[in-house]
Amino acid sequence: MSLQLDFPAVLERWPNFLGGAALTLELAAFATVFGALFGTLAAVGRGSRNSLIASACKVYVEAIRNTPLLVQIFLVYFGLASLGLKFSAFTVAVAALTINVGAYTAEIMRAGFEAIPRGQIEAAEGLALSRLQVYWHIILLPAIEKVYPALTSQFVLLMLASSVCSQISAEELTAVANYIQSDTYRAFETYIIVAVLYVILSLVMRAGFWGLGLVLFPRRRQLGTPL
Amino acid sequence: MQQNTPFSQPIVSLRDVQKSFGPLRVLDGVSFAVERGEVLALIGRSGSGKSTALRCIDRFEKVDGGEIVVCGHRVDRPDVDLRALRQDVGIVFQSYNLFPHLTIEQNITLAPCAVKGIAKSRAKDLARKVLAQVGLEEKLHAYPEQLSGGQQQRAAIARSLAMQPKVMLFDEVTSALDPELTAEVLKVIEQLAADGMTMVMVTHEMGFAKGIADRIVFMHRGKVHETGPASILTSPTTPELTQFVGTGNLKS
Repeated sequence: MSLQLDFPAVLERWPNFLGGAALTLELAAFATVFGALFGTLAAVGRGSRNSLIASACKVYVEAIRNTPLLVQIFLVYFGLASLGLKFSAFTVAVAALTINVGAYTAEIMRAGFEAIPRGQIEAAEGLALSRLQVYWHIILLPAIEKVYPALTSQFVLLMLASSVCSQISAEELTAVANYIQSDTYRAFETYIIVAVLYVILSLVMRAGFWGLGLVLFPRRRQLGTPL
Repeated sequence: MQQNTPFSQPIVSLRDVQKSFGPLRVLDGVSFAVERGEVLALIGRSGSGKSTALRCIDRFEKVDGGEIVVCGHRVDRPDVDLRALRQDVGIVFQSYNLFPHLTIEQNITLAPCAVKGIAKSRAKDLARKVLAQVGLEEKLHAYPEQLSGGQQQRAAIARSLAMQPKVMLFDEVTSALDPELTAEVLKVIEQLAADGMTMVMVTHEMGFAKGIADRIVFMHRGKVHETGPASILTSPTTPELTQFVGTGNLKS
């Protein structure tokens, strides 16, 4: 048994690979931004005094965390279709990934909120800051700093998980790989290249989050200690 | 604004204040008043209700009954304007509670900018001024974790001062500090008193209370048990205060 790898046959399709990688990154970027906002709102909602809002947020988080991403994508894809709404595969993929990562973001952010000592909030209230000001300056920003590593891992995980969007023919990296390997009959080579590309995308994202962290957390940049 | 209040009107007054935590009656008819420029020390054993009484003044605790008036605000009423009240009242806590993610300057300028809407540059001048008052000008750009406990507490006092409160509340502000750091914080408070700041302080530093307070309120089991000038610490009239000051609490 001998292993014969023919990379040139596959690599000549490099524009397709790059296009797929770009789309994966784009999917991940949209879903990260929307998911971060959506998830943070859900985390705030879970702590709401309005029990209806609080339980709605809890149901959302639990429903998403206990079902597979692929099933969620199909639910959004076929659900919208059966309502007669036509969206591109890309839009559906962004929506489904946003809903998915929003739930995990909500749980992570909730942990961050709970890690803010009560005394911090009292001190801010004692200085006459409004509820919104307290939330923004004293709860939200420090909470994000505290959970930043967990949050960014989740977003990188999301980028990797976006490969299942190939199932609704969004032209991201894995979908592209599927075409290429069926064209070239060089499946192993194709997925080796795809794996390497995913590693590169992960590193790009991690580097991006690292840079963003430097901008967002000047205290950490200066002192290097966790909050 | 209470600019036109008659001279006789106290800045803080509590009348027959009641407060329970579940079945536990923490304040059982507490009354006292603080006049402008006066320094009042609340003393008593742990659990006597002194910290709760202090926290009621800034409405960190809601009272069950009685009347609290602070700078003209009816604090006992549910419709009290909390943000207006807290602009008039500064509070400093045992655990400093500086915001760890902000520099000392940002800690101080946050509220004046966000609440009073004053310009950043003016707020920075203000920060320098109040830090000078507590002897920490050189820590303007440091972060809280780079400061000693005593320095953090002085910065917390400066942060409160920047809001130019009419009365300052101190809740056991030296309890987490060793004697040397305690001394530097007490020096700052002494200077505030000399400058005429109205203050209510919960303290275990009997020697300090004796030296600085115009009046002492000794609390015992949720009631004001004995009150009077600082001299009551050396010649108490009730057996409870006698015992309290006699148990080594009165350091010189």
